[in-house]
Amino acid sequence: MHDISAHAVEHHAPPTSFIRKHVFSLDHKVIGKQYYALALVAALSGMLLSWFMRIHLGWTNAAIPGLQLLSKTGAPGGVITPEFYLQLMTMHGTIMVFFVLTTAPFAAFGNFFLPIQVGAEDMPFPRFNMMSFWVTFVAFLVLMSSFILGDGPTLGGWTQYAPLNSVGSVAGPGQGLGVVLWMVSIALFCVGQLLGALNFITTTLDLRVKGMSMMRLPLTAWAWFITSCMGLTAFAVLMPACILVILDHVAGTSFFVPSYSVINDQLQPHSGGSTLLWQHLFWFFGHPEVYIAIVPGIGIVSHVLITNMRKPMLSQRVLIYCMGALAVLSYMVYGHHMFVSGMNPISALAFSFPTLVITIPATIVVLIWTFSLYGSKLRINAASLFALGFISMFVSGGVSGFFLAQPSIDIMLHATYFVVGHFHMVMGVAAMFGIFSATYFWFPKMTGRMMNESLGRVHFWLSFAGAYCIFMPFHYLGMAGNIRRYSSFPDDFLQPLLPVHKWITVAALVTGAAQLIFVYNLIHSRFWGRPAPDNPWEATSLEWSTATPPPFDNFGGKHPVVYHDPYQYGVQSSVGDYVMQTSPEQVKTEHDEK
Amino acid sequence: MATTVHEPPKIDPRRLPDQGHSGNGGWRNLVPADGDLRGTQEYSPPPSSTAIWVVVFAVTMMFAAFSSALIVRKGSSLDWRSFPLPSVLYFNTLLLLASSITLEVSRRRVATFMGGLKSQVKSPARWLYITLFLGLLFVAGQYVAWSQLRAEGLYLATNPSSSFFYVLTATHALHVLGGLGGLIYVIRKLSKSALRRSQLVATTRYWHFMGILWLYLLLLLWMKL
Repeated sequence: MHDISAHAVEHHAPPTSFIRKHVFSLDHKVIGKQYYALALVAALSGMLLSWFMRIHLGWTNAAIPGLQLLSKTGAPGGVITPEFYLQLMTMHGTIMVFFVLTTAPFAAFGNFFLPIQVGAEDMPFPRFNMMSFWVTFVAFLVLMSSFILGDGPTLGGWTQYAPLNSVGSVAGPGQGLGVVLWMVSIALFCVGQLLGALNFITTTLDLRVKGMSMMRLPLTAWAWFITSCMGLTAFAVLMPACILVILDHVAGTSFFVPSYSVINDQLQPHSGGSTLLWQHLFWFFGHPEVYIAIVPGIGIVSHVLITNMRKPMLSQRVLIYCMGALAVLSYMVYGHHMFVSGMNPISALAFSFPTLVITIPATIVVLIWTFSLYGSKLRINAASLFALGFISMFVSGGVSGFFLAQPSIDIMLHATYFVVGHFHMVMGVAAMFGIFSATYFWFPKMTGRMMNESLGRVHFWLSFAGAYCIFMPFHYLGMAGNIRRYSSFPDDFLQPLLPVHKWITVAALVTGAAQLIFVYNLIHSRFWGRPAPDNPWEATSLEWSTATPPPFDNFGGKHPVVYHDPYQYGVQSSVGDYVMQTSPEQVKTEHDEK
Repeated sequence: MATTVHEPPKIDPRRLPDQGHSGNGGWRNLVPADGDLRGTQEYSPPPSSTAIWVVVFAVTMMFAAFSSALIVRKGSSLDWRSFPLPSVLYFNTLLLLASSITLEVSRRRVATFMGGLKSQVKSPARWLYITLFLGLLFVAGQYVAWSQLRAEGLYLATNPSSSFFYVLTATHALHVLGGLGGLIYVIRKLSKSALRRSQLVATTRYWHFMGILWLYLLLLLWMKL
């Protein structure tokens, strides 16, 4: 490593007080860990809620001990009412989409590793970065407070469709204060993410170290950069939408409630609002949000696989272009969520076409992964297994997207368990596997200790098999006409499907319990794990060229110079079959020799 | 994949522009992947100058969302009631445009001051104070406009047209207040001789953007209300 250009970088002393060091820290690494901890708590909360829902779906009258403590009216005697089921479902979706799938792969790992991967000592605006986390944390508290305030959380689902999101308590428990808290929480979340995006974009564009051209950025850095651009556009639109709903509630405006709306036999005082307006504003955010959750995973999986394959992908450039294409197209496809909402049929066609087109870059990404893996001597470990699992889930969940992209088929499958299975696999489980892969891969650098590899593999196989056991049957249920959001299936054609639901419930409980292995591994390894060397995976990017864990200023007062592309594997160098980005060593590849 | 590993070129640091926070890389540092380092520049724009465009983009998206909501809402129902805009808005517009001019004068004077020609600029912050005053007058003027509407019986929830008027103008005023906060920050930094040129430029760009945004909003409100 060369000590260069230090004159150009502002040095600031590391904090000494506990509060500045661990609570209101300006250090991007601490903020990254805080985001990770928040995502972990949120994921466990969301999983617990899904357990309650699954138990109710399998055994409608089952009493869940202690559940009445969460809601006396919603779960009298521990038995879930239909309204409380919907409240659980809404909170599960909101927590998972916003506070886990957006927070962990993007904000947590991005905060920790983006500055290091570009060679900077911190983000350019550390105070905004700190605010970003704490605003997100407050947003989470506001959301969770709806369990104890008023008549519980909103029951409108994570999409919060109008007009029921704007008419107040008449629409059911939680539709008054619960909706306002939801909107305030999400508006705050948007502020947090916008502040984060500001830092990510400027870090990538302005703080790259000498020699680090854009094309020399690792794929993870590219993924976070593209994701932050998406977030900047999407969250800036969701926030005004939330503000308008809050005004409909507290100021009596009529943005989203149509004239003569009669809800629960009561004529609503609003007039003239547009229900489709909410859907347009929401899905303009909502569909890119899918890619905000998954693009960091694409970067992580590529990064992890390359390191373990010991060779670069077939084309790093094409992978970057594909991630960019996914980002751009994600704004042109959102209308496919509204095929049955009463849109002009021509609009449906207009949205259907890009929806099919967006499968092209996604397919190219998968093909690059597959053909790069072909013939490689992949090092099998928990990180690479979860990366493979990501690809499997991405493909399995993505294939059902072809069907849903076509309006004529979507009319049949809309609002059924087919859709639930589709997005859980392609967005939920795939992104979670990306988070797991990143955790097993980067944990040594983040904490200075190795995770238990055996437990990691057990965790993978149980999660992989479990996820398929849960979510593949969802597709069958959907094709059989099982509507989503029903809390029970007491009669007619849905009754024969009950055994499938029971099977899914058992699988969900077992798979959920398997996640406790991960939590145990995480906590145990954090304190008692084997000390990690600086570069345990023999990787090439900048985060592995510094100490483990990285010092306060990331590179110990020095600034690296970058001489190589990010993934120089399969070469002959003095250290082995790889050469680090910071190494001035001139090496020959096998290709050169030929 | 071939690898070439030439040492990056040594650049005389005296030839580098003011680097502020950034310094060690940057989007202009376009080293091609094949390792050819010809054309490498060792500097980048300061993060604040990139950041301000990021902020401008986010605020633009926000007002684009509000604007599209207005257009859809107006077309979705027959309950839209038009009303004439309060005339004070036109005066406020002049105030905001004038503040952009004074800030531009201020930026040049402060740049001269920071450039070492301190004897030529005796009180560099004077025009910043004038801009601050004009900005405050603009916000006060917006409040007068809201008061006039209230006096006419047009409240936030009276009609969707008045709802959008209040939402758009109040959101813009909040962003102007943010800009005023930026001006106060610049004045404080200047008084401590700790102001970076990039911070001044970023604040100026944001303020000009507020003016352009207001012209757009005025046109939208004039056409649609």
